[in-house]
Amino acid sequence: MASPLKCDLCSKPATVHLTQIVDNKVHKVDLCEACAQAKGVTDPSGFSLADLLHKASLNPEPAGGMRCEQCGFTQGDFKKQGRFGCPQCYEAFRAILDPMLENMHKGTVHAGKVPQKALARKSLHDRLTALETNLDEAIKSERYEDAARYRDEIHQVKQVAEEPGKAAP
Amino acid sequence: MISSLLATPSELTDTASSKCAIVLMTRIRLARNLAGQSFPGWARAAQRLAVLETCRAAVAATTPMKRAANVTVEELSDLNKQMLVERHLISRELSGSAAGSGVVINKDQTLSVMINEEDHLRIQVLRAGFQLKKSWAAINELDGELEDRLDYAFSPTLGYLTACPTNLGTGMRASAMMHLPALVISNHMEKVVRAVNQLGMVVRGLFGEGSDASGSIFQISNQTTLGESEEAILRCLGNVLQTIIEHEMNARARLLETDAGKLFDKIGRAYGILQNSHLLSSGEAMNLLSLLRLGIDLGVFPDDTRAVIDRLFIETQPGHIRHSAPHDLDAAARDLLRAERLRTEFAAFSRPNFILSGRN
Repeated sequence: MASPLKCDLCSKPATVHLTQIVDNKVHKVDLCEACAQAKGVTDPSGFSLADLLHKASLNPEPAGGMRCEQCGFTQGDFKKQGRFGCPQCYEAFRAILDPMLENMHKGTVHAGKVPQKALARKSLHDRLTALETNLDEAIKSERYEDAARYRDEIHQVKQVAEEPGKAAP
Repeated sequence: MISSLLATPSELTDTASSKCAIVLMTRIRLARNLAGQSFPGWARAAQRLAVLETCRAAVAATTPMKRAANVTVEELSDLNKQMLVERHLISRELSGSAAGSGVVINKDQTLSVMINEEDHLRIQVLRAGFQLKKSWAAINELDGELEDRLDYAFSPTLGYLTACPTNLGTGMRASAMMHLPALVISNHMEKVVRAVNQLGMVVRGLFGEGSDASGSIFQISNQTTLGESEEAILRCLGNVLQTIIEHEMNARARLLETDAGKLFDKIGRAYGILQNSHLLSSGEAMNLLSLLRLGIDLGVFPDDTRAVIDRLFIETQPGHIRHSAPHDLDAAARDLLRAERLRTEFAAFSRPNFILSGRN
């Protein structure tokens, strides 16, 4: 305790001392005037001690960070921004998402409105794609009876798909 | 397109009568995104532009948005952006966003759809007064029509997928703008904020996150979006609002009982300043107008003058004052012009009648 504390970031004498409790863990940081200003410590809402400690420990990208294959968004990006890169990220980051949602919301399962029409359209589209693949394969392997059946089914699905469009005001 | 919109009567500036004295307006917004597309904050410029065009066309094709104003953020002047923020039609975030963002606003300015804000779509309905049910019906209809035209990013377990997980599920934020002068005067707001927070609701200032509560106007909204249906969230918010209304009414009754002289002095002085001052900042104007609105609720001024105050809440904001001048103004010149406008308005305003309300 005899020697004055040094700034955790630049090792000049520290004049700003902070203690923050996050998730029942105590974090302590000592900073010099300049580093405290640079890190926005004067604005308590705009900074998190945990982030600061993270950077100070020279370990910016945690090992084994997850990544979204669809859009390239990484776990580090999420830490920085607090937002995801694309809808697919919710699958890619499922492991860190679930515990987060428990603290954030009343429940973890959606109980509200469902876009019925959009979902119906998507399932029709998926079915059509599958049938078209089947048709191509059947033609390639010269299974013409199957091909005829797939073609009829495609025709039927297309008719169903067009009906709601016509009925819409 | 926007200039003509800003010149036409709107829900907020020209409502014939405010039915609820305490709730100034109700707003609901839904966050929606397109399946398979990066969220606006992560998308590349070309992707943002493509999403903007897709969404603008889809929104413009819906029934409620026929003949709506449909603009990109680049097409808007700084002044128009500021005025739209002051009318709660666009967010500060959208007004500061880069290329590839836009907004569609219907003629009476009850519906607006921001494109490429934090999410691809931020659909908003805004109504004067306490109108949670009607607001939900209106926004649900517009959302339903958009769903016909756009493939929303949706998961059966997580609901509507949003850029920020705090909006996940319903993507819905419902809020009410409440005028709570008696709770502020009697120093009870802090207690109310704490109680409201415990019920899973949030209290903010007039212009949302980080804004101050000038004019004793507060925005109360739901905090969580996942795990409950829209109806359940709205019911819970409605109950909280009803309770706050009761507390405000009780606080008013107590002030009249214990300290009527002090309360009437505040209202009388506010009236005098509005009639005679020559320099008024927007914050001071808000606080004075707020006291007059309280006077109207207490019967000091006639009931039909409430709409005038509600209009002036918007028209005395910095952007609106600047807009009413022929050339650009600095802050000091705006304060002069604001005071002049208010002097004119209040020269013809009814005189206060404190005797009547004393019996109230």
